[in-house]
Amino acid sequence: MPLSGYLIGVAALLLLTLAALLPRPIRAGTVVIYGGSLGVTAVLFASALWQLLSGADWMALSLPLGIPWLGANFRLDALSAFILAVVDFGAVAASFYALGYGRHEHEPERVLPFYPAFLAAMNLVVLADDAFVFLLSWEMMSLSSWALVMSHHQVPGNARAGFVYIVMASIGTFALLLAFGLMAGDVGDYAFSTMRAHASERTVTGVVLALALFGAGSKAGLAPFHVWLPLAHPAAPSHVSALMSGVMTKVAVYGFLRIVFDILGAPAWWWGLPVLAVGAITAVIGALLGLTQNDLKRVLAYSTIENIGVIFIALGLSLAFRAHGYGAAAALALTAALFHVLNHSLFKSLLFFGSGALLTATGERSLARLGGLLNRMPMTGLFMLVGCVAISALPPFNGFVSEWLAFQAILLSPVLSSWALKLMIPAVGAMLALAAALAAAAYVRVFGIAFLGRPRSDAARNAVEVDRFSLIAMGTLGVLCLLTGVLPGLVIDALGPLVSQLIGTAMANQSQLGWLAIAPIAESRSSYDGLLVFLFITTSALMAAAIIHRFASDVSRIAPPWDCGFPDPDSATQYTPESFAQPVRRVFSGLGFAASETVDMPRPGDQRPARFELRLKDLVWDYGYQPVVSTVFTIADILNRLQFLTIRQYLSLVFAALVFLLLALAIWT
Amino acid sequence: MNLFGNLTIQILQMLLVLLPAPLLTGFIRKVKARLLRKKGPPLLQPYRDIIKLVGKEAVVADSASWLFRAVPYLVFAATWVAAALVPTFATGLLFSWSADLIAIIALLGSARFFLALAGMDVGTSFGGLGSSREMMFATLAEPAMIMIVFSLALIAGSTQLSNVAEFMLSPAVGLRVSLALGLIGLVIVAIAENARIPVDNPATHLELTMVHEAMVLEYSGRHLAMIELSAELKLSLYVSLIACVFFPWGLAPVGAGIAPHLFGIAAYIGKLAVAGVALAVFETSIAKMRVFRVPDFIGVALMLGLLATLLRFMSGSL
Repeated sequence: MPLSGYLIGVAALLLLTLAALLPRPIRAGTVVIYGGSLGVTAVLFASALWQLLSGADWMALSLPLGIPWLGANFRLDALSAFILAVVDFGAVAASFYALGYGRHEHEPERVLPFYPAFLAAMNLVVLADDAFVFLLSWEMMSLSSWALVMSHHQVPGNARAGFVYIVMASIGTFALLLAFGLMAGDVGDYAFSTMRAHASERTVTGVVLALALFGAGSKAGLAPFHVWLPLAHPAAPSHVSALMSGVMTKVAVYGFLRIVFDILGAPAWWWGLPVLAVGAITAVIGALLGLTQNDLKRVLAYSTIENIGVIFIALGLSLAFRAHGYGAAAALALTAALFHVLNHSLFKSLLFFGSGALLTATGERSLARLGGLLNRMPMTGLFMLVGCVAISALPPFNGFVSEWLAFQAILLSPVLSSWALKLMIPAVGAMLALAAALAAAAYVRVFGIAFLGRPRSDAARNAVEVDRFSLIAMGTLGVLCLLTGVLPGLVIDALGPLVSQLIGTAMANQSQLGWLAIAPIAESRSSYDGLLVFLFITTSALMAAAIIHRFASDVSRIAPPWDCGFPDPDSATQYTPESFAQPVRRVFSGLGFAASETVDMPRPGDQRPARFELRLKDLVWDYGYQPVVSTVFTIADILNRLQFLTIRQYLSLVFAALVFLLLALAIWT
Repeated sequence: MNLFGNLTIQILQMLLVLLPAPLLTGFIRKVKARLLRKKGPPLLQPYRDIIKLVGKEAVVADSASWLFRAVPYLVFAATWVAAALVPTFATGLLFSWSADLIAIIALLGSARFFLALAGMDVGTSFGGLGSSREMMFATLAEPAMIMIVFSLALIAGSTQLSNVAEFMLSPAVGLRVSLALGLIGLVIVAIAENARIPVDNPATHLELTMVHEAMVLEYSGRHLAMIELSAELKLSLYVSLIACVFFPWGLAPVGAGIAPHLFGIAAYIGKLAVAGVALAVFETSIAKMRVFRVPDFIGVALMLGLLATLLRFMSGSL
C-alpha cells in the first residue's frame, strides 16, 4: 500500500470521530465505531506487516499542509512499519474486544468520539517525518487519551488522575519541543531528514538526550516520571487501558528510538549510563509497587512501568555497545528491546482485557473482593493464566525470550572499556533479575487471589463467563504469546531490517539453525529452543499423567478442604492480597515505598476487636513531587497579591517592566 | 553414530536423574538419623512411599479448580526437563543446546510459579502462607542464581552447561576468587530452593514456619507422589549442577567410549553420596532460622554472586 493509503486510513479514523458525534441510537453507534475502527486498523496492520516482512522500499510523502515552508512530511521505514504493526494490531484486538465490552458502557458518547481519534493520532505519530507533524499528533494522542481517561469522571479519583496526566503530558511534550528545537539548531529546518543530515554539527547532544529521556520517557512511564501512569491507565475503560498500556507506551518508546537512535547521530560513550540507570530503577520500582496494590488494573499499570524499565535497560545496553563500536552486541540488545516491545503489547493487552472481563462479570476491580473465578469463568481464567505466565518471563512463553536476550547482551558487556559501565552493568543485571522475580511474585498474587481459592464476595460467587468477542480477542492474544515464545527465531528475523536500519548491523539470520532454535552470537556460547522446551514439557507431563492413570490409580474423591484438620468455611480465612504481599513488603520496605504496620491488640478480657492497620507511602510522590507542588503553591500565593493592587500600582508595575526590558535590551546588544 | 550415541546418553541421563533421586533423599534421612544415634527409616523408604501414594485415591478439595489437578504433572515435567539438561556423567547430551543455564533456572521458576498457584487454589490459610513465603524467598534466590550464572558464564564464555563443564575440566580454569564466591552462593541458593534447614524444615507439619510443606498441604495420593518426586528430583538437580560446574571430575567427554561413561556414572553416584553426607551433617549441626532471617541468608548469596560478577567485569583473571 502506498503511503497515501495509510494517510487515507488515518483520515477514515478521523471521519469515524466525526460520525460518533452525530446523535443516534447508542447500540448502533458502538457497533459502527468499533467495527469501523476494526476494519481500518486491520487494513493498516496488514499492510504495515507486509511492508516489514517483504522488505519493501521505504516511502516518503510531503503534503502542502501546516507550516508553509515546511509542509507536512510523512515517511514509512522499517522502524515505523514495525511500530505501526504493533499499534494497529493492538487496535484491532481492542476494537474487536470492545464490540462486546463496549456495550456495557453507560455513557458511550464520552468514549466513542475519542477512541478513533486516539488510534488516528498514534498512527500519525509513527508516520510523521517532521517535528511539526510529530508534536501535533503527539499532543493529539495525549489529549484524546486524556478525554478517554476522563470518560468515567464521576468515579472518585478519576478527575485527579486526569489532572495529573494532562499536567505530566504537557510538560513531556514541552520537553520534546525543546529537544526538536535543539536538534534543528541554527539550520532551523524541522524536517527529520534535514536534522539527520546535520547530526555531526550538533554540540548539545547531552541535553537532547536528557530531554528525550524526559519527554518520551514520561509518556512511557519511566521513573521518576511514572506517577501519572498508575492513576490514568486504570481510570479509562478497559479496552482503552489496554491501548494506553500496551500500545501508547510503545509509541513513546518509538519517540525515544526515533530521536536518540535515528536523528541524534552517533552516541557518546556515556549515553548508555543514564538510560541504564533510569531503566533499572524503573523496572525494580514498578515491580515492587505493583506488588503492594490491591486494585487489579493498578497492578497491571505498575507492571507496565516495570516492563518499560526492562525495555530501556536493553536500549541503554544497545547505546553503550554502539558507542564502543560493538555492532553485533548492540544489535542483540536492540533486538531484545524491540522483542520486548512486541511481547509487552501482546500480554499487557491480554491482561487488561481480562481485567475488563472481570469488571463486566463482577463489577469489582479490587482483588480483595474476587476469588474462585477459574471455576466460574474457565476461558477467561485460562487466557489470564497464559498472560500471567508470559509476563512473568517464564518459559516457554514469549516474555522469557526477550529477557533471555537481554541477559545474553549483559553477558557480552565486559568488553566495554569504560569503567563506569563495567561497574554499573552487573548491578543493572541483578536489578533486571530482581524485577523479573518480583513480577513472578506479583502475578502469582494476581492470579492466585482473583481466580483461585474461594470467592470473597457475592459478586465473585455469582460471576459468569463473558461474551464471545472478549473471549476471542483474549484467546488470540494468548495463542500469540505462546507462538512468539516457541518460535522466537521468526520474530528475530523479522526485526532484522529495522535493527540494521538503526544500528547498521543485525543479528545473524536465525532461520538457518536447526529445530527453530535461536543463538544470539554463536551456538557454542548460548542457544535456546522454545519449541523443544515446550514439546518436552508437554510430552513428559502427558506421559506421566497417562502412565499413572493407566497403571496406578485414577480415582479421585471430592471432599472438603483438609487445612491441617481445622478447615474454616468462612472465605475471609483465606490469604488476602495484603497478606500475600506482607513478606515482600517487609523485606523490601524503603525501596520506593515505605510500609508501616501497626497491630492494636485488646488486652485480655477486653471485648473490642483487634485492629490491624497498614500504611503505605509512595516515596517518589512524597519526596519527589510534593516539594515541587508545594513550591508552586507558595509562589502562586505570593503572586496572588498582584491581583489586589490599586490602578496606580499597576501602572507603575507596567512602567518598571518596560524600563527593565529596555535596559536588558541595551545591555544585551 | 554420534547422533545415536548422544541420544543414548540423553535417554540414560533422563533415567539417571530420575531413578536415584528418591534414593538420595532416603540416604540423607538415613545419615541424619544415624548422626542422631537413631536407626532411621530404610534407604528405600521414599520409593515405597511413592508407590503407595500412586496407588491410592486422590482426595481433591471441593473448592479446587482444574489447575490443582494439572499442577503436579506440570511441576514434575518442568523439573524433569530441567534436570535432564544438567550433565551428570557425560557432557555429550543430545539436547543440551535447547536450553542453557538461564533457561534451566527459568524452568525451575515455572515449576515454582505453578506450585505457588496450586497452594492458593484450595483457599486455605496454610496454602496462601506457603505460597506467599515461597515467592518472597524466590524474589531473592532467583536474582542470586542469575548473578552466579553470570559469573560462571563469564568465566567459561558460555551459558551452555555442557560447554561450561568442559571448560571447567580444562586446565584453563585455574584458581579464581569469583569461582569460590560463586560456589558458596550456589550452595546457599540450593539450600533455600530445596526447602532444607535452616531455611525450611522438610520434616515438619503443623508449624507456622513451614513453607514448602504448607503449599502442598492439600495434596494426596498420586498428586502428592508427583510433588514429592519433583522435590526429590530438584534436590538431585542442584547436587548435579554444583557437581557439574565445580567438581566436573569423571564426566565423560563427547565421543568417549563405553568405559569412561561407566566411570562417569560411578563418579556421579559417588558425588551424590558425598553431597548427601555433607547436607546431612550440615542440617544436623544447625538450627532453623526465623522466617524473616531467611532474606538476610539468601541476600548473602545475592551479594556474593554480584561480587563474583563484578570481579569478572573488572579483571579477566579473578
